[in-house]
Amino acid sequence: MKKTSLIKQIVMFAGFGVLVAACAPKEEALKSGYDWAIPETQAMQDDDFSNPAFMWVDIGNDEWSKTDGEAGKSCADCHGADGSSMKGKSNMYPVYNKDDKKLRSIQDEVNNCRTNRMKAKAWKWESDQMLGMAAFIRTQSRDMPINVAVDGDAAPFFEAGKEFYETRRGGLDMACTHCHVDFPGVKIRANVLTNGLGNGFPTYRLKWQKIGSLHRRFRGCNKNIRAQPFKQGSDEYTNLELYLNHRAKGVMNESPSVRN
Amino acid sequence: MAKKPRVKVPKSAKKGEQIQIKTLISHKMETGTRKNKKTGKLIPRMIINTFSCSFNGKELLKATLHPSVAANPYFAFYAKATESGTFDFVWTDDAGKTVSASSKMTVA
Repeated sequence: MKKTSLIKQIVMFAGFGVLVAACAPKEEALKSGYDWAIPETQAMQDDDFSNPAFMWVDIGNDEWSKTDGEAGKSCADCHGADGSSMKGKSNMYPVYNKDDKKLRSIQDEVNNCRTNRMKAKAWKWESDQMLGMAAFIRTQSRDMPINVAVDGDAAPFFEAGKEFYETRRGGLDMACTHCHVDFPGVKIRANVLTNGLGNGFPTYRLKWQKIGSLHRRFRGCNKNIRAQPFKQGSDEYTNLELYLNHRAKGVMNESPSVRN
Repeated sequence: MAKKPRVKVPKSAKKGEQIQIKTLISHKMETGTRKNKKTGKLIPRMIINTFSCSFNGKELLKATLHPSVAANPYFAFYAKATESGTFDFVWTDDAGKTVSASSKMTVA
């Protein structure tokens, strides 16, 4: 009698242990938004022809060798005829820049080149040229892991991005974590919540019916929780971009991706 | 900014072979049912209403599009390779503006 109760206890204890183990948070690699997408959307992205984002990549490709500005230069004059010199570069962005004393995203870098070296007009963040150029540059590093530096000079900006990510805001009083850390894979109305990584941006979003930047997506997220969105290219969003890319470390760059 | 239409036709094919043709064009495809949020007025319809593909001047396919087609329409269809020639693609929108593209194919 005593023996059986001991066994029972052991079994119960073991069962409890399994239960605890199941509840403990698992350290799993984060998934790309591609893995949550429906097969039709995935198929659109898999074929570079049916991926409409490549219409903007074509624009970027044209702009690459187009001479512009008073200096009479094009991207190709410094960086080589095709974009292959950009291979692997974009996966390290945003990076700390000594002159600006803050982070620079790809778009900032493009505009810096345009205004300082080419003496041309800066492009608007969400213009076809800027999106095209950003997509063209990011495409060079496709299928390479995201790899940003968050130590050294970038550390304070990383901390600021982390704080932004974890701060409650807006009428719904929600932080990024409340969806993208606590509930990935769960439906939010008709959409599936993802880990919220920026590895596919600029992305062709079917809802937008065009290509858009990561910062545009941030604005959408902020509006959804009824918070006042920041401007595209603002320091807040660039810091957040760094934190997101830190989360996405090791995840493959897919830009330009297709998302719903 | 005008974006060029994208067309994919195999450069060469065997006689009698079934080939796939893919096209993609950038167009906003304004449905005509949306309202301008500020003025409350309807935004006039502006869609690509006709797409046609011809081979050596002979019509191969003609499609009539309606407002439910999403922006940047994509077409993929099949044709049988019989002889060498040129495919001509024409998109016409509500303003009567046409965009065309052509692609050559040799049949061995």
